[in-house]
Amino acid sequence: MALDKTQIAQRIAQELQDGYYVNLGIGIPTLVANYIPEGMDVVLQSENGLLGIGPFPEKGKADADLINAGKQTVTYLPGSAFFDSSLSFAMIRGGHIDLTVLGAFEVTENGDISSWKIPGKMVKGMGGAMDLVAAAKNIIVATTHTDRNGNPKLKTKCDLPLTGVNCVKKIVSDMAVIEVTDKGFKLLERAPGVSVEEIKNATGAALIIDGEIPEMTF
Amino acid sequence: MNKVVKNAAEAIADIQNGQTLMLGGFGLSGIPENCITAMVEKEVTDLTCISNNAGVDDFGLGLLLKKHQIKKMISSYVGENKEFERQMLSGELEVELNPQGTLAERIRAGGAGIPAFFVPAGYGTEVAEGKEVREYNGKPHILEEALVADFSIIKAWKGDKAGNLIFRHTANNFNQPMGMAGKITIAEVDELVEVGELDPNQIHLPGVFVQRIFQGVDYEKRIEFETTR
Repeated sequence: MALDKTQIAQRIAQELQDGYYVNLGIGIPTLVANYIPEGMDVVLQSENGLLGIGPFPEKGKADADLINAGKQTVTYLPGSAFFDSSLSFAMIRGGHIDLTVLGAFEVTENGDISSWKIPGKMVKGMGGAMDLVAAAKNIIVATTHTDRNGNPKLKTKCDLPLTGVNCVKKIVSDMAVIEVTDKGFKLLERAPGVSVEEIKNATGAALIIDGEIPEMTF
Repeated sequence: MNKVVKNAAEAIADIQNGQTLMLGGFGLSGIPENCITAMVEKEVTDLTCISNNAGVDDFGLGLLLKKHQIKKMISSYVGENKEFERQMLSGELEVELNPQGTLAERIRAGGAGIPAFFVPAGYGTEVAEGKEVREYNGKPHILEEALVADFSIIKAWKGDKAGNLIFRHTANNFNQPMGMAGKITIAEVDELVEVGELDPNQIHLPGVFVQRIFQGVDYEKRIEFETTR
């Protein structure tokens, strides 16, 4: 069975380490916040100017001056800091953020990513995605393995406009965990009940398969 | 030295057609609501607006878009606004999209007297087209140029009559760097206090950057996506 969105988020949360400063993109990545292991200190950054994102506010407590990068109302935790947009991206560009998790339309075997524009259809802008992928130390893409029509999202070349090049380090999809290595996609884990053959068939590039591929554990 | 003006209408009275404006805010958070309304009423047109977002259809910069007062937008994320999308796709509106951090730094650099700088963001993408590339620390970077504006229009939480400003929570965002990059910076604030009432240790943007200030009225502070537990 392929993973659902929350399971993808759950699997990505296993990549977190104590003391990490993390930027979570919009969509599945945001859900990772719900699975930070108990007792682990992880500080979430929102590129509109907050370190220390807390849970969504209680009903009636939403504050127009307190939002995340997806423009949703949030809260802040003790020890938080607020700052302006240029300082926020100094943190990102300066390599002070340990991990970025974001969604994608396509990822290639050399780590290129397209995520922001479908020419003629969707032109919303790149927001902070280009800055994040160009500078974060570690970039994990959270995505479904194939698009709505069943076409592979993991490929040899992006057809859509690029967000960044040679930057994605790992992909956690509904079918597999894949590392982007110098030699291409390397299959690390498969979703429970999904076979290596099924993953191969759903991937638009060669897969490096080294020995027995374990199932993800939760 | 008197920086205090009566209201938004007086603050923006000398903005001319065709000028370049910076407008603070992220989404609808921290936008200069009073000045936007005053510019709609003044019917100033052919504006180039530098703003991270373009508001929504019936609020924020969307109000100026609806009246076709904006000729060009320099932004990073412009979703959530159908009229914007329509004007962009039809070619009525010129749009320059920047990576958000590059946009923020172009603005900060403009205020800080740095005409250009190299960043990694956008290398290998359409953002890099026509821009000089240089390698630093083994990584390609692209040359980006600073932005300045005829007027920067920003929103702060508290300000004093000397123009010193304090922002609140994530409503700071682009307001602080934009406040540095206007030939004339107009600040509207929730609360305007006498000189000496703000703690100098807490000032985000020193008054040297601010030429006009007033206490705004009737803030709607609309929430774009109210999300609760």
